[in-house]
Amino acid sequence: MKPPHAKATAAEPSAVNAVHDSSTRSFYEADARARIAGLLDRASFREFVGPCRRMASPHLTPLDQPGAFDDGVVVGEGLLRGRRVLIAAQQGAFLGGGVGEVHGAKLTGLLERAVTERPAAVLLLLDTGGVRLHEANAGLIAISEILRATLAARAAGVAVLALIGSGNGAFGGMGIVARCCSAVLMSEEGRLSLSGPEVIETVRGVEEFDARDRALVWRVTGGKHRFLLGEANLLVADRIDAFADAVLAALDGLHESGDSLVALEREQTRLSQRIADYGDCRDGLEIWRRQGIAEPERLPLLDTAEFLAAAATRGTPCN
Amino acid sequence: MTREWNDLAQGRSRRLARAAGFAQARQVRAEDAVALLEAVIEPGDRVCLEGNNQKQADFLAQCLAQADPQRLHDLHMVQSVLSLPAHLDVFERGIARRLDFSFSGPQATRLAGLVAENRIEIGAIHTYLELFGRYFVDLTPRVALVTAQAADRDGNLYTGPNTEDTPVIVEATAFRSGIVIAQVNEIVERLPRVDIPAGWVDFVIAAPRPNHIEPLFTRDPAQISEIQVLMAMLAIKGIYAEYGVDRLNHGIGFDTAAIELLLPTYAESLGLKGKICRHWALNPHPALIPAIESGFVQSVHSFGSELGMERYVAARSDVFFTGADGSMRSNRALSQTAGLYACDLFIGSTLQIDLQGNSSTATRDRIAGFGGAPNMGSDARGRRHASAAWLKAGAEAARPGEMPRGRKLVVQMVETFREHMAPAFVDRLDAWELAERAKLPLPPVMIYGDDVSHVLTEEGIANLLLCRTAEEREQAIRGVAGYTAVGLQRDRRMVENLRDRGVIRRPDDLGIRTRDASRDLLAARTVKDLVRWSGGLYDPPKRFRHW
Amino acid sequence: METLRFRFDGRQALPAGEHHALVGVVASGNLEVLLERLPLDGAMEIHIVTAARGFGEIWQAVLGDFAARHPLRDLRISINDVGATPAVVSLRLSQALEALQESAP
Repeated sequence: MKPPHAKATAAEPSAVNAVHDSSTRSFYEADARARIAGLLDRASFREFVGPCRRMASPHLTPLDQPGAFDDGVVVGEGLLRGRRVLIAAQQGAFLGGGVGEVHGAKLTGLLERAVTERPAAVLLLLDTGGVRLHEANAGLIAISEILRATLAARAAGVAVLALIGSGNGAFGGMGIVARCCSAVLMSEEGRLSLSGPEVIETVRGVEEFDARDRALVWRVTGGKHRFLLGEANLLVADRIDAFADAVLAALDGLHESGDSLVALEREQTRLSQRIADYGDCRDGLEIWRRQGIAEPERLPLLDTAEFLAAAATRGTPCN
Repeated sequence: MTREWNDLAQGRSRRLARAAGFAQARQVRAEDAVALLEAVIEPGDRVCLEGNNQKQADFLAQCLAQADPQRLHDLHMVQSVLSLPAHLDVFERGIARRLDFSFSGPQATRLAGLVAENRIEIGAIHTYLELFGRYFVDLTPRVALVTAQAADRDGNLYTGPNTEDTPVIVEATAFRSGIVIAQVNEIVERLPRVDIPAGWVDFVIAAPRPNHIEPLFTRDPAQISEIQVLMAMLAIKGIYAEYGVDRLNHGIGFDTAAIELLLPTYAESLGLKGKICRHWALNPHPALIPAIESGFVQSVHSFGSELGMERYVAARSDVFFTGADGSMRSNRALSQTAGLYACDLFIGSTLQIDLQGNSSTATRDRIAGFGGAPNMGSDARGRRHASAAWLKAGAEAARPGEMPRGRKLVVQMVETFREHMAPAFVDRLDAWELAERAKLPLPPVMIYGDDVSHVLTEEGIANLLLCRTAEEREQAIRGVAGYTAVGLQRDRRMVENLRDRGVIRRPDDLGIRTRDASRDLLAARTVKDLVRWSGGLYDPPKRFRHW
Repeated sequence: METLRFRFDGRQALPAGEHHALVGVVASGNLEVLLERLPLDGAMEIHIVTAARGFGEIWQAVLGDFAARHPLRDLRISINDVGATPAVVSLRLSQALEALQESAP
């Protein structure tokens, strides 16, 4: 806890004059374009298939819904601390960041471009519930194309990083895409899973999962839990510059060559062990306790640095 | 014939005698609660079922709704808030017939339906202070069903931070030979403090579940829009700074939350710290945390508490009213009095405003009642003490030759259109139609136009105090009504003339640039920011968590 | 859904800046505004797709005021709207104009 007089420092959400620096802003609060602007070196971003091209979804007009000029995803290239990257950011407020045909094609195209251009990395800023239901089959196909393109980019030696710190997190098919990336970088606000909490509650009942219990939702899908399970490689504070730092750290520690068969088999063994260890748990709390973390109930309230210190004490069976 | 002068006391003895079998030293088991109510209450009784704005005597409400309508019927419910389904179940089951109340937010639609079917007779819809007043005049409960955090073995009650209406209900009932039954969350050996003395309480029941408390005053800063930021800037610079508003009350909502969150940033940048907003009649709004931590706020007295704010409030006893035990004590009746007589400004949102400035939150299908807004949102004609803000407002409203007096600032703050393009400015309030359908004696007006001093929208501020004729007043309102039909029908020349006189002030006139109205100005942009500001003391309800 | 088109005669050339600017998002109560510099014979053309039908008069009033404040030549404004209030529309328009005029670094 900080004393009340230590408030108006730059790290605090207060000072008026500190908020205009886009890179220290909240990643969670920013929209797709603000995230890209904050991550990349000033004025280095060049958009592909920008809004003036009006590549909007053809499927929304028949449903009497206005589309978006960029179909809810911004893709392009730029420099992150001097390294050339390809980058995509989903606009979470547009149809829940759902992946439609055009939206998906832009992501796939970006990943395919990586194979020929070999950038330092492809950054996927995910903010999505998965397939856009309005475009059902086209969206499902798009997801499979994105998956294939992700693996192809990695096989070509290009790291693909998923950055998840948004309101929608990464669910559905895009949750799978995230787990096919070279690394996953999350803030504690970010969520990563397959079926969304509301879907689980609708299908299996509130006894199975209470989607309105937001704290439970985060204990099961949130960044801290994903980090403790080893699914998020890095957990960062909710600042755009913290994500930028994490990208560099991840790239420096990474040697992308695609997953070898040995690596896949090792991962399969790890996952089998994990279900054996935790398969009966009903809540992230129980898993954290089994991992040997003292007073696991305090984890959700710790800030990122404190949390990472606490997490370092775990003697986990499978991480 | 000699009159007996203790019918009420005899009635009390009769009731207590019938209940004797259920109680051991005032304690009644939860499974006997329904039987206890059937024994103590008589048909036709006036019953106060403690329904507050926040905490609810929910277990006793369910028990009353389960009573046998053959034994209990034609009850007259006198309660401030109808919030739970059980509050209306008692009417649907024929247990109660008549209702005097003040607010029915969540049950407003169902209430309107039951009134239309003649299943409920409404005595009157009150403001809180009126209803509390009538508890001591002609609506004194025979039986009060209240709720407290804890009781001790003797029957003393600890109401905890959410004291709310309990003292006023118990006092009225206990001192007119009524019977007080309390549900409590726990029975303990020693209470942190005594809020209600045992001598005023007849029965105590340990409820199977803790009483329900609604986090009514929590607003997630993430949902505050740029337009609300703009309006908050207008309020701070155009009204708070202008009048030196130092004692005030805020209505609930995102509009006022935006003002609270702009105090440590925007108001501070205008050099207003220590000059405005030091004393409040306000629930412990989480959105006020940054202003408190920045040293803007000196005191806050509260109507009720707010879930998750308990530890923070306890740790800031210089600011909040807390007992020697450390926990807050709220009191709705006293805080409403403070809002009415001790504050210089009320600011709140509404659904509709007409051309006279009357405002209403009524819609044709909902009987929502008033709550406390009219108590706070009215010029206290009985006020005599002066303050700079009060005198300035009074001077603006003064007519030549009249006795000088002060005026309260009553500000209605609305975006010209609500969501789904519903206009906030209308020629005729829906309250008229509701009054006809529900056979109310008057249209339910939340704040009368002649009490309103300012109307504030994204288009600017209309100062109604400075208007000299009914026509000027109407044009001043049209002049800030934006693109609503009411606004488009303005007399443009007259509006420009009012602007020249400072009756209407646009953002430009105040030196506020619309494009500066960024969410970046909010001292907290998320609930988590509020937790940080509180040094980890604020524990938001889980539905507000995004981590 | 409704499509609306407006055309206003411009009197002022746009100050130098970006070729185009996009602000806002297509979400409930919000809208996206795309401004593009295009040769339009000195006019400002506005094209709106809105989910809310029947508000043509209000759009006309809001955009008429905008055009009166900023009688710009050769500017195309394209809007996708999901029931934004006039206050939000006006704010986005001024934000977009500001973004368009930001001097390139």
